[in-house]
Amino acid sequence: MTISKLVLIELWKRKSQLITGLLAITLGIAVIVAIQSVSIVSEQNVARNLDNLGANILVLPQAASIDDYYTSDIDAPTLPMDYVERILTSTIAGVDNMSPKLTRRVKVGNQSVVLTGILPKSEIASKPLWQSSGLLGAQLKTACAPSSSVNQSHGMEDEKLQRKAIDTLYSEDCLVGSQVAQRLKLSANSKINIVGKDFKVVKILSETGTVDDDRIFANLKDVQTLLKLEDQVSAIEIMGCCNAISEGLLGQLRNILPDTRITTIGQIVSTQIETNQLMKKITLVMLIIIFFVGGISIGNYIWANVNERKREIGILRMMGAERSTIYKMFLLKALILGIAGGILGFLLGTIAGVVLGPYLAGIIVKPVYIYLLWSILLSVAISLAGSLIPTYLAAKFDPHSNLQED
Amino acid sequence: MILQGENILKQYHHNGGTINALDHVTFSVRKGDFVTVTGPSGSGKSTLLLSLFGLIRLSSGTITFDGKRIDNISDRHLTDVRKKSVGYILQSFALIPYLTTIQNVMIPLALEKIPGKEQVKRAGEILDYVGLSDRMEHLPRELSAGQQQRVAIARSIVHRPQIIMADEPTGNLDPTLSLEILDFLRKINQDNKITIMMVTHSPVAAEYGTMKLHLNEGKIVNSVND
Repeated sequence: MTISKLVLIELWKRKSQLITGLLAITLGIAVIVAIQSVSIVSEQNVARNLDNLGANILVLPQAASIDDYYTSDIDAPTLPMDYVERILTSTIAGVDNMSPKLTRRVKVGNQSVVLTGILPKSEIASKPLWQSSGLLGAQLKTACAPSSSVNQSHGMEDEKLQRKAIDTLYSEDCLVGSQVAQRLKLSANSKINIVGKDFKVVKILSETGTVDDDRIFANLKDVQTLLKLEDQVSAIEIMGCCNAISEGLLGQLRNILPDTRITTIGQIVSTQIETNQLMKKITLVMLIIIFFVGGISIGNYIWANVNERKREIGILRMMGAERSTIYKMFLLKALILGIAGGILGFLLGTIAGVVLGPYLAGIIVKPVYIYLLWSILLSVAISLAGSLIPTYLAAKFDPHSNLQED
Repeated sequence: MILQGENILKQYHHNGGTINALDHVTFSVRKGDFVTVTGPSGSGKSTLLLSLFGLIRLSSGTITFDGKRIDNISDRHLTDVRKKSVGYILQSFALIPYLTTIQNVMIPLALEKIPGKEQVKRAGEILDYVGLSDRMEHLPRELSAGQQQRVAIARSIVHRPQIIMADEPTGNLDPTLSLEILDFLRKINQDNKITIMMVTHSPVAAEYGTMKLHLNEGKIVNSVND
């Protein structure tokens, strides 16, 4: 016989009270787990959808404006290509994809068009609308997915991947935006002469409703040579993880690229940050409610248990049980309730999320096993906090007056 | 002397007045004595019994147990004295309802953190001694009143105390069972040389004492040593 065994026997012999005591904490934890399980998938979906809108950070030369970037003036300032390497070799987390570009307005025949040199694969990864046209392989990565492994810093592996991707848009090949194709009456396999060099149109891009419809895309190296701007780019478009942006990604980029102008495409970033923050706020509010409701419920249960066992406490004190033994008895009980409530709450919440997620939010929810640990920790914290006052009062009971309760 | 009380005063304040539950009580108990404390209701018998080891705090006076003063020590130390040296038997048996017979008897050993196997061995021996070896796994509600009191007796001696404090141990029993329990207490007193201090209303029970104290209105009015 030990005090721990005494607690277990008492719990087992009074099962119905145990179930009542567990109910509130279990339901509370279940609600939080269900909300979190649904919201994490929901956040990932929002992130994925926002990724489809493309790059969200622009790195421009210090002297350039956003207008320069879009109008592609002949004199617009440029950046050294080395800056791409700087980002790639840095330890900055949250840069999911990069697309260096050299953009200039040029004459084709008597028409003015914007020629853009790109690294094809990375360009395509940041333009999902193009991907859907089946061009040049799959997307490199998906940005911003919370808790996924994509939010890592770029290393040499990605660098190699991007360099390899250059080969996929061959020299003298080009992609033509839908508006330009209309104006110049171009089709797939047409020939086009740009600044004295012949290019083959490998694909007419489907209409995107963006400035890209008015552009001709060719291999970055070709364009740099053609425009006599070797190793120069007009801008680096970055697909950055929104969480990383809110946590200081821009500042980190400015540190390694001091003489540049770095801006975000505000609406995309703020939409995702707001979505994530809303989810966090809902969870926090629920957490506070559960903490108080669960704590009061457990406290009430322990207090009722203390009153019911006043005589037992008196007997134990009479036989030489110290106050610390009484603390141990009731706090151990609260601990067991907390652990059981956490496990049951996790199971119930996960099942609710998995079953209800597709109906309520139209998403597939999978169990998040790390929540089991958090559920237990939270439930134990609530349970112990709620039990402290009743336990303190139990330990303070006068043994003699409790012996007379019968 | 194993237990001495000197000028023990216990006052209660009620409705602006003061009641002396124990009024300067002085007594001495020798090791191995069977002390019976008698007196009318409200004479202070139970108050005396419960106050000697700190279950009720005294207003003044000194108590010496086994050569050491215990009236002025901390609650923690008094608890330790009760745990190691005192066994209690109450009129209402004071068994824990959800524990079996043997588990109830093992509680004093558990409080002393005696290893589990040793607990089972000693509790088994004591239950055999009180004639309940065939009721070890029964819950208190499955036992008769006499059996429940024998479990309480077993629990009071399992940790080999120096003194047993018994408050009306036969108060809930019929005359036959009362005699059985009283005989048993005498046997414990004689076999184990454990000092017993027993509060009782019963003149028959009082006759078991080798030392008899009679209280009235909080004062010892008669003290007889056989």
